[in-house]
Amino acid sequence: MLEMIHGTKKMPDGDRLLTSEREMIHMKDAAWPVPFRPGLEYNSPAHGTWNIVHTGMLIPGSHQIYVCADNCNRGVVLTAAEMNAVDRFSTIALCEEDVTNGGMEELVIDGVADILHKLKRKPTVVLLFTVCLHHFMGCDLDFIYRSLRERFPGQRFVDCYMDPIMQKDGWTPDQKLRKGMYDCLEKRDKNRKQINIIGNDLELQPDCEMLLMVKAAGYRVKDITTCKDFEEYLSMAESFLNISTYPPAKMGAEHLSRRLEMDHLYLPQTFHYEEIDAQMERLAEYLKIPMEWEEELWNREKTRQVSKEQTGQEQTIWEQTGQELQSGNRWIYRNMTAHKKCEEALEETKKRLGDTPIVLDASAVPRYLGLARFLLEHGFSVIRIYGDSFSPEEEKDYQWLKTHAPELEICATIHANMRVFPRTQRDVLAIGQKAAYFHQTSHFVNMVEGGGLYGYAGICRLAEMMREAFCETKDTKDLIMRKGLGCESCI
Amino acid sequence: MKQVSVIISTYTADVSGVCSALYELGGMVVIHDPSGCNSTYNTHDEPRWYEQDSLVFISGLSEIDAIMGNDDKFIEDIIRAARDLSPRFIALVRTPVPWMIGTDFEAMQRILEKETGLPVFYFPTNGMHSYVQGAGMALAEVARRLVDDTSGKEMARDIPGEKRKTVPGKIEEETKKNDKADGAKQRKCPINLLGVTPLDFSMNSTVSSMIAFFENHGHPVISTFAMGSTPKQIARAGEAAVNVVVSSVGLPAAKVLQERFGTPYVVGMPVEPLANKLLADVEKSAQDGNSRIAYNDGISRVSYNINDEDSDNEKDKDKNDKEKRLRMKNPYFEQNGYEEETIHQETPVYFIGEAVTMESLAKSFRKRYGLQTEVICPLEVEEEGILTGIRVESEEEIREILTEAAAVIADPMYQPISPENTPFFSLPHEAFSGRIYRKQIPDLTDIRFLDEWVASNRKNDI
Repeated sequence: MLEMIHGTKKMPDGDRLLTSEREMIHMKDAAWPVPFRPGLEYNSPAHGTWNIVHTGMLIPGSHQIYVCADNCNRGVVLTAAEMNAVDRFSTIALCEEDVTNGGMEELVIDGVADILHKLKRKPTVVLLFTVCLHHFMGCDLDFIYRSLRERFPGQRFVDCYMDPIMQKDGWTPDQKLRKGMYDCLEKRDKNRKQINIIGNDLELQPDCEMLLMVKAAGYRVKDITTCKDFEEYLSMAESFLNISTYPPAKMGAEHLSRRLEMDHLYLPQTFHYEEIDAQMERLAEYLKIPMEWEEELWNREKTRQVSKEQTGQEQTIWEQTGQELQSGNRWIYRNMTAHKKCEEALEETKKRLGDTPIVLDASAVPRYLGLARFLLEHGFSVIRIYGDSFSPEEEKDYQWLKTHAPELEICATIHANMRVFPRTQRDVLAIGQKAAYFHQTSHFVNMVEGGGLYGYAGICRLAEMMREAFCETKDTKDLIMRKGLGCESCI
Repeated sequence: MKQVSVIISTYTADVSGVCSALYELGGMVVIHDPSGCNSTYNTHDEPRWYEQDSLVFISGLSEIDAIMGNDDKFIEDIIRAARDLSPRFIALVRTPVPWMIGTDFEAMQRILEKETGLPVFYFPTNGMHSYVQGAGMALAEVARRLVDDTSGKEMARDIPGEKRKTVPGKIEEETKKNDKADGAKQRKCPINLLGVTPLDFSMNSTVSSMIAFFENHGHPVISTFAMGSTPKQIARAGEAAVNVVVSSVGLPAAKVLQERFGTPYVVGMPVEPLANKLLADVEKSAQDGNSRIAYNDGISRVSYNINDEDSDNEKDKDKNDKEKRLRMKNPYFEQNGYEEETIHQETPVYFIGEAVTMESLAKSFRKRYGLQTEVICPLEVEEEGILTGIRVESEEEIREILTEAAAVIADPMYQPISPENTPFFSLPHEAFSGRIYRKQIPDLTDIRFLDEWVASNRKNDI
């Protein structure tokens, strides 16, 4: 998609619409996959999405070192400070002479060594970030890492990149980091009962069907977002299967799977029932969980979760089975399919919201066209969506919206004119921080990157969050200006 | 190592400095950068971003455009945006990659001026210097190109040896009327405040207090460069009798205005009780046309560099100089009520930060509490005398200096390198810790915000 945006790849045949110079158009006029002509870029004050600093901090005990000009250092060091992690962060500032004197490699090596000598606690991993300048000057990164590993044989180093100039061709810095995050994992004997979730920033909701199903079938699930310590992180190397659910993590998960000879399934968040079913079937088939048993396993695991909350005791599904029959805990499960539960939740939300206009943005969920379609199909009044490009994964939803919601407004977020776009307050319900900002509404679902929602349970939770947002007000300015939603915030 | 920061923050850099200085002037600032600069700027360096629109954008430079020298895209994008947004001027801001590949900004500047008919400024930043340099060059350009030529108008000052202009400006006319009405009570010598950005003064009452202070003492403030003034007010800056440089950022603009209009400048921030000295200097400068540094009593600057090759000798010499200097007779101090002995503690209270604001605070602190002070400045200081304290370049140097501190007054992000048992007063500086501690930034014009802390630490012998 990014290749298409920046003109290095042709658009698919069949859509001859031109990109618009305007910042807002109707869906019927939206060109694929880039509706707006690229130009100068505005950055809104909504900062809840994660950046490379937040993501890198997920490795327990890691320490990040950035080698760049002050201007670049400034953004990342304060990201770390705002998440109260400045003690896990260091910088090496570049000056003019470093670029011309041929001593860049020595500077990086000596700088990293100096930092490591001064740190009070030895880091588990050093994430060393080089930048655009290193790329352009042909810095010998291999020599740097080789030298560092020789000098500090017990220390793990991961090569990371903050080179946004590269983000329009090939892997973005974010994608590279989601690969690098797992580079410390070394081949171990496989545990056929352990699965990884790879590349997410936010923990998947524990009650989603996928997790319930695999856990009920006796699988242990490892996810960097929930690793308690570095050893647990390292134990991810024992898993035999990697599942990625967040689109920017897909390439990293594929790389890890190839490197450690693991299998990989890409099962992204979606708002289509059929796709959810297909994903569950695919996973069940892969794990050889009989589908006819799936619902029962799901029920049992659900009951176990409830029981755990009530009793505070961890029990295996099999220990629980006998007790649940005796204790009557099965009443929790209302003998309702997940699909029906979703429909009920949406119906309840629709009743509450009525015809309240809904606006949503691409930072809330990766598949925002799919979400718009899903809500429209369920009778919600979606009037505008905010995004700058469309994912190839959403081509069908794009076509559906053009046909069935041709007057739906699509509005850019980075177009220069968005700086002065009228931000008059209207009675809307927003899903996502940017949509909330552009409408100056205090009724919004505060969510980024899909919010960890997944499957039918994710849809039910989203419906619940929409009801909450409709009934309650939020301090929009205070919330959306905080970086890395879900991280600690000191501001 | 000099360039290593193990734990402390990084000051706002030159690119954001330019944006901050030009924020309220109605221009369109374009950072020629792939990504990140605008986000860093508006998140950590710009408290006005949410509430107050300003045209600050990035170009979204890509690898292929950089390699192929595809400047046409950049130019076309700017022309298109200028057509839509009608800015008063266009400012081009350089970042590390365009600096490295030698992008010809001067050529683009000429093309854009021709194509848009707008004034186009180019700021040769590269992200490797601090906001003092970036905002300084931006305000200098404002002084050079956005201030009306007041030639032919009478200046309020009376500069010996200079021919007085014949036609009085508006403020001077008002000044004369008021002077007649009020008698000799107020002199009505108009001023500009130079170097005012949120990076040094945040968004609290400090700026309005500074303005109120001067106006209450008979010095109408024509403009503040460049926060809280309209472009029209900025355009009239040449009518001032004296320019008051309240942060290092304002010094280059002061020099331009001096060159263009002969206006003298006084360096210092009006923080009580230094403010009285500052007022006196403003009036002296208005009369004799000479520029002054209100907090500098002629003490020479000391550099402190632990990485120096001849470090042992130099360091000893520096330390001796410093000790000697701490024992110098201080005429200003004597005039203001404290005996030298009363402040003669072994080690000073260190202030860390931007030179002018910290020097002004340190001087006032010294007078109010009778304690020895020293300023540590990690930012560029281009002029001898602006900094009487110590210029440093690294976390390591600061850490070493602070080992002998009686107390430290600095941004809270310096606390990790301050000795554990040394009293530390958190004085957040937006240009260092960004928005994290913004709510705790006091009105800098009133030194009494330190009263309680000083009192509670007296027993610790500071």
